[in-house]
Amino acid sequence: MARTRLLLIRYTERTAFERPLTSGVAYAVRVLRSEREEFEKQQGWTIKRMDTFEHNPVHKDEPSPIEEEYAPVIFAQDTVSHVISLDMLSGKEDRENVLRARASGKGVLTAPFRLLKTNRLGVILTFAVYKRELPSNATPNERIEATDGYLGGIFDIESLVEKLLHQLASKQTIFVNVYDITNLSHPISMYGSNVSDDGLWLVSTLNFGDPFRKHEMRCRFKQKAPWPLLAISTSIGILVIASLVGHIFQATVNRIAKVEEDYHGMMELKKKAEAADVAKSQFLATVSHEIRTPMNGVLGMLDMLMDTELDVTQQDYVRTAQASGKALVSLINEVLDQAKVESGKLELEAVSFNLRAILDDVLSLFSGKSQDKGVELAVYISDRVPETLIGDPGRFRQIITNLMGNSIKFTEKGHIFVTVYLVEEVVDSIEVETELSSSKNTLSGYPVADRCHSWKGFKTFNQDGSTSPFKSSSADLINLIVSVEDTGQGIPLEAQSRIFTPFMQVGPSISRTHGGTGIGLSISKYLVGRMKGEIGFVSIPNIGSTFTFTAVFGNGSSTSNEHNSQQMNNQPNSVSSEFQGMKALVVDPRPIRAKVSRYHIQRLGIQVEVVSDQLQCLSQIASGSKIINMILVEQEVWEKDTSVSTLFVNNLRKLGCGFQSKLFLLANSISSSRANTSTDGVSIPSVIMKPLRSSMLAASLQRAMGVGNKGNIRNWELPSMSLRHLLLGRKILIVDDNNVNLKVAAAGLKRYGAAVVCVERGKKATELLMPPHQFDACFMDIQMPEMDGFEATKIIREMEHNFNNRIRRGEVSIEAYENVSNFHVPILAMTADVIQATYEECLRSGMDGYVSKPFEAEQLYREVSRFFPPIPDRSP
Amino acid sequence: MNSNQLQHQVLYMRRSLFDQGYLDSEQLIQLEDLQDDANPNFVEEVVSLFYSDSARLIQNIEQTLSNRPVDFSRLDDILHQFKGSCSSIGAKKVKDACSQFREYCNAGNAEGCSRSFQLIKQEYETLRRRLESYFQMVKQAKAA
Repeated sequence: MARTRLLLIRYTERTAFERPLTSGVAYAVRVLRSEREEFEKQQGWTIKRMDTFEHNPVHKDEPSPIEEEYAPVIFAQDTVSHVISLDMLSGKEDRENVLRARASGKGVLTAPFRLLKTNRLGVILTFAVYKRELPSNATPNERIEATDGYLGGIFDIESLVEKLLHQLASKQTIFVNVYDITNLSHPISMYGSNVSDDGLWLVSTLNFGDPFRKHEMRCRFKQKAPWPLLAISTSIGILVIASLVGHIFQATVNRIAKVEEDYHGMMELKKKAEAADVAKSQFLATVSHEIRTPMNGVLGMLDMLMDTELDVTQQDYVRTAQASGKALVSLINEVLDQAKVESGKLELEAVSFNLRAILDDVLSLFSGKSQDKGVELAVYISDRVPETLIGDPGRFRQIITNLMGNSIKFTEKGHIFVTVYLVEEVVDSIEVETELSSSKNTLSGYPVADRCHSWKGFKTFNQDGSTSPFKSSSADLINLIVSVEDTGQGIPLEAQSRIFTPFMQVGPSISRTHGGTGIGLSISKYLVGRMKGEIGFVSIPNIGSTFTFTAVFGNGSSTSNEHNSQQMNNQPNSVSSEFQGMKALVVDPRPIRAKVSRYHIQRLGIQVEVVSDQLQCLSQIASGSKIINMILVEQEVWEKDTSVSTLFVNNLRKLGCGFQSKLFLLANSISSSRANTSTDGVSIPSVIMKPLRSSMLAASLQRAMGVGNKGNIRNWELPSMSLRHLLLGRKILIVDDNNVNLKVAAAGLKRYGAAVVCVERGKKATELLMPPHQFDACFMDIQMPEMDGFEATKIIREMEHNFNNRIRRGEVSIEAYENVSNFHVPILAMTADVIQATYEECLRSGMDGYVSKPFEAEQLYREVSRFFPPIPDRSP
Repeated sequence: MNSNQLQHQVLYMRRSLFDQGYLDSEQLIQLEDLQDDANPNFVEEVVSLFYSDSARLIQNIEQTLSNRPVDFSRLDDILHQFKGSCSSIGAKKVKDACSQFREYCNAGNAEGCSRSFQLIKQEYETLRRRLESYFQMVKQAKAA
């Protein structure tokens, strides 16, 4: 027995590591009462009671009382050796435990109680050891009967838990409470201090293997967990960010919605504005049309009134009324133009035209006024400017007329000088220009504003060296620079900045004294821009102003050698052979003015030489190898010294050859030339009025010098060669009951190369104009007997309509008729009536336009050519 | 007369036609414009056409005036024609006379019409004579 005991002790000690949670193991043997005495003798000690040990440590050696059976511990681990000889059945809990263990055959746990000796809280796990193997379904009695002894493991809960916890290895200080909760309402604390129940407990059940008992462990961190700052701040941060994002999102959505709203609002406004603009344009167009038509009527009536017998006063009144009427019409046109400009509806034509002819026209417009004022009007066009240009002549004329009109308005003395050059000429020879505009060297001797300043800001000039896009020595594009220089009042400095603004005038009194709306310059600026040019000016108060603009045109001349051929014979074919080869002498001390005179005379094919005074002239004639055909003396020279002039004339007479009749005076104004007629005895030479125009010049020369060989007076305005081409191949019908009219109209159109057919009756016209036909246009007199022009036109239009329908329905093949699918022959009315009613009736009947009688060939051509596209080159 | 003098004469006659208001210079120049190698006698042709037309028209007026009652609308038509021809030629004085006639016509004044008609005839005759001598002179000058 001792050896077994030692063995057990040693074994348990050695295997203690296997049982880290038990503080000790003990074995108690079952001893019945009957066996006690023997057992005690064997063991050498008496079986003691447990509780006595507790209550009365002094009496620890008291033997236990007599019981049914005993369970004394015979073996025990060293750590719990104090339990040896103690009767396990004597302890309350132990007893229960033991009894249960042997009855169930399973491990049984006690409730926690204070252990002997250590007095620490613990539990005992008891196993029953049986003498023999028991089947699993053995009854408890069987088990009890077979019990040999009991094996108990003592668990010190504190150390148990601490050991457990040690294994958890947590850094935090944890409160652990272990409870025996077999009795749920009354948990027995096995381990852990009594702590308040606040905070978060982790409750987990413990299973020691005894199903009867339940244990649980409650854990809690000693310190309340610190605020999880990271988590909190992160989530707050995320929250903030999310709310910000949400806010931004919402703001964006709001903004978008607002912008859309605004946009819709704007669209509405825009529509309204557009509608208003359209309405305004319509209103303007309607109003001006409504004003124009009766105005035309008034003007027409005034014209007719002039034709009747009127006395001088009445004629004067009529003329005044006419002038006012014309002014009103031009005003309306200006306003209409401004409206067109604003609505962008201004269209520029592209037709061939002759620049020199246009300037001649404009000159003639202003010649009267300039002569009245005594202001010298002059035009000079460089030889390098080609004969025909392609562009919008009407608008070009409008610009020049506006500028010249302004100059005339504000100039009382001196000159108005219009020059046209190619841009290249000016760019190349800027020094020449400055020289020319030095104070003494101007046209009339009056100082002028230096024209170079007027184009200082032009872009085309600022690209010196590099090729400007408009540098056009090409055959296609011509870049002109036009200057209008005057010696008038000038523009006050404070007004200069707004001069191109519409409706701005220099002062409120201007419109009263000079009339005009102030739109002209702004329209001119716009037109210049449309012609891809620029406009500028320089003005010195009391000295004068110079306006300059550039414009780009197409080159209408078929020849591409502009440089050479444009010199003398810039109108190679139109020049009358009458004057060709003649020589003229111009007496004029001013070089610029002489240059102008020379230019105009040269246009007629006459060679010109300039001398500065009469004496030189005489010497020239006397010594000259060539015969001089005519002498043109500037009025200034003539009047400077009448005695010299008289001498001059006498000397000429002496030279013979009828030089007298070939002497001409170039005069500026009628009054001064009239004053000359009273000079004593000297036969006054014929006067040629300035401004010089080739046509007028030719006529004057002709008149003075005789009709010429062929008795022909040609039209200087247009070279006849190109004239003949303009309507070549066109077949035109003329309808008029008046033979004379027919003849004149026919001849007029034939001049332009058209093939003309004349009929006297409206009925005949309808027969000829029944489609299909070959006519390109028709001039129809309105007042005819039997069938008048309106009726005839209506019938013709109806026939055309039917025919066009047949074409559309495929009943008539159009290939036969040069694929013309829409017959509409342009019909122009010929009428002596300018009254609007007639015009409207013309339009109503289906006519396309009208010419008024008496008509000029040019007028006929102009009106009919509107319906024909410009002909570049047409073979007959 | 030599060529120069003839030419002078022509010019002189021409100028007086203009100055005295018989012919409108613009219109005559226009007509002369239309005369060229293709139509060498254009002006003369037009003028003779004018004569024949006018003669016819004058006769018509005469007839209409003698009828009773006077058909003023018909007179107006004829006058319109006559006036048209005059314009094309540039016969100023005749045209003015026509206008006057028309006024009376529109007023229904037969008496005034007759008087103006006399004036028309007068002017027409004068013009004819002047033109005839002018063109004769032109021919002569050309030939010389």
